[in-house]
Amino acid sequence: MPINYYIILAVALFSIGVAGVLTRRNAIIIFMCVELMLNAVNLLLVAFSKMHYANAVQLNPASTAGTEAQLFVFFIMVVAAAEVSVGLAIIVMMYRNIHSVDINFLNRLKH
Amino acid sequence: MVDYIWLVPLFPLIGFLINGLGRKQLSKSLSGIIGSGVILASFIISLLIFNETRAEGFTAVTVNLFEFINVAGLNIPFAFQVDQLSVLFLLIITGVGFLIHVYSTSYMNAEEPHHYARYFSFLNLFVFSMLLLVLGSNYLIMFIGWEGVGLCSYLLIGYWFKNTEYGNAARKAFVMNRIGDLGFLLGLFFIIQQFGSLTYTEVFSQAQGAGVGILTVITLLLFVGATGKSAQIPLYTWLPDAMAGPTPVSALIHAATMVTAGIYMIARSNILYTLAPVSQTVVAVIGLATAILAATIAIKQNDIKKVLAYSTVSQLGYMFLGLGVGAYTGAVFHVMTHAFFKALLFLGAGSVIHAMHHEQDIRKMGGLAKKLPHTHWTFLVGCIAIAGIPPFSGFFSKDEILTHAFAANPVYYIIGLLGALMTAFYMFRLYAMTFRGTFRGTQEQEHHLHESPWSMVVPLIVLAVLATVAGFVGIPELFAPDAHRLEHYLAPVFAVSAQIAEGHHVPASTEWILLGVSLIMIAVSILYALNRFSKKTETDEATGFGKVLANKWYVDELYETVISKPLNGLGYVFNRFIEKSGIDGIVNGVGRSVQWGGRQLRLLQSGQVGSYILWMVLGILIFFVITLFI
Repeated sequence: MPINYYIILAVALFSIGVAGVLTRRNAIIIFMCVELMLNAVNLLLVAFSKMHYANAVQLNPASTAGTEAQLFVFFIMVVAAAEVSVGLAIIVMMYRNIHSVDINFLNRLKH
Repeated sequence: MVDYIWLVPLFPLIGFLINGLGRKQLSKSLSGIIGSGVILASFIISLLIFNETRAEGFTAVTVNLFEFINVAGLNIPFAFQVDQLSVLFLLIITGVGFLIHVYSTSYMNAEEPHHYARYFSFLNLFVFSMLLLVLGSNYLIMFIGWEGVGLCSYLLIGYWFKNTEYGNAARKAFVMNRIGDLGFLLGLFFIIQQFGSLTYTEVFSQAQGAGVGILTVITLLLFVGATGKSAQIPLYTWLPDAMAGPTPVSALIHAATMVTAGIYMIARSNILYTLAPVSQTVVAVIGLATAILAATIAIKQNDIKKVLAYSTVSQLGYMFLGLGVGAYTGAVFHVMTHAFFKALLFLGAGSVIHAMHHEQDIRKMGGLAKKLPHTHWTFLVGCIAIAGIPPFSGFFSKDEILTHAFAANPVYYIIGLLGALMTAFYMFRLYAMTFRGTFRGTQEQEHHLHESPWSMVVPLIVLAVLATVAGFVGIPELFAPDAHRLEHYLAPVFAVSAQIAEGHHVPASTEWILLGVSLIMIAVSILYALNRFSKKTETDEATGFGKVLANKWYVDELYETVISKPLNGLGYVFNRFIEKSGIDGIVNGVGRSVQWGGRQLRLLQSGQVGSYILWMVLGILIFFVITLFI
């Protein structure tokens, strides 16, 4: 399968994420959009890794080039999981305190 | 013993620390004993060292204490040089200093205990600095002492700091000295640049190879320093004002020791001056001009200490005249005799002021001879000594300088003699108005008149004896061949200069004539002054030319108009236009522009998370555009 499809899919996912972050005010949806962007990047990493690996193996069957990217993906997943737990905890605390998850409510530092 | 030379300045330093730090705890008698005792200890050590230096064939010893500055090829050790010149000054400083300390224990007795201890700590610090000045083996140590004595002079002039006028006098002395010090410092830089060292022995051994031009510059700059410290034209005006300090301070600092630092410095650098004839002429002319100018002013002063102050300026002028005509021994000799008789006169004046309850105007004195017999006799001895009547000490030293001046240029001699006549005149005017005639003060003052206590009288008597006999160490060739013991003693210090400079010689017959003429004229001048002022005194204000003299030739006013006022005006202009609008404008402008910028940028911080993210995304997009298309 050509790499183009993967790139277009990843860019589409990322753009949806950016648009969601920019336009929505609900903290949970923004959070989900951030995850969407993260996973778009993950998808790209895996796709490029596979591409490089395939090219390298054709030249040298013992090559492992490009496989590091897949490890990175696992890293990103683990870190994202940790981040999700912290982020959701913040959102829960936010809801407890102001009974809302609207981020435009949180502009008290301005005053 | 010479190796223990560091003990000499160490004792006064210890005294300074004890008195200075313990001033709240020490009783008056204890701080007086400590203050005087440390000087006595220094004096005893100085005497022992002096005994060694008198031995035949003694050569200068350098005592290295520690490495002080060693950078970029310039090595300045903290070292003391023990030779005839420095040891002679040691004796004068510690000897006269000790007498004045003892005198002070009574004179300052009315002070509070902690002020009393402060006084002695300053006095000890002064002696310490002065000892550093004369002991240093290089110009830097001399400069440290030079600044130290300036500081102590400032502190002691302003000792009664609650009086604004005294504080101003102290500041004036300090500023005037600073002007001179700047010249001195520049001189040191030139020495470093030319010789690569500040150590006397190294500089002097290279001096003969240096150009006359650079030596002239160096010596003139050093002389500027000397005019500040030793109160010569044009920087002399601080010394008369310095009389604001306690009288023993005037005796020690402003008559006997500190003001002779300039003479010491030039005598120490005699080789440089001998090699720079132009500077020698400048020194001689300035010295002579100061001698005569100060003498004219002294004639019309009515404050007992002011007369003595101008007399000091005048005598210092004679010393510089001596240095200028190459009579280095004569100048140092005059430093020594002057230290004795001028300290004596100041302490005598202090005794009078003490008796008169701080009245210093001689128009309100008179007839004190009976009430203060010891003070009277010792003061008279001082007057005779300074007037130059043989066999008192002033005669020998002044005669030596004047004879050399005659050999160099008869005009110097004539003007110098004129100054000497005026000296005799104003001193005996002072004497007659103070001790002769009838008492002119209030009845209450007369009732309280009393002779000073023994601790004040004994130093007077000792100094009177010294002022009488000190001249015999320098009997001129004219009276007895090879009897000038001081010249013999100091010969190694001035040996090189004596070789370079051609010796002037005055025939013995001429010398006898000069001596006879000057003695007769001085005697006439004394008799006239005694006759003129014993019975009727000039109690009314001076008029005509006398008024000019009484107002010190308006030199202070001249400086005020020519220097202070334009400087103040310039300062006002700079303050108004450059400081306020220029520099402050830049500083305030920076502050204002930052505030303005902050107000504008503040609008970006809307508090809307969405807008922040929008900016972020826009920024990233711009980066993309830049990296992809440019």
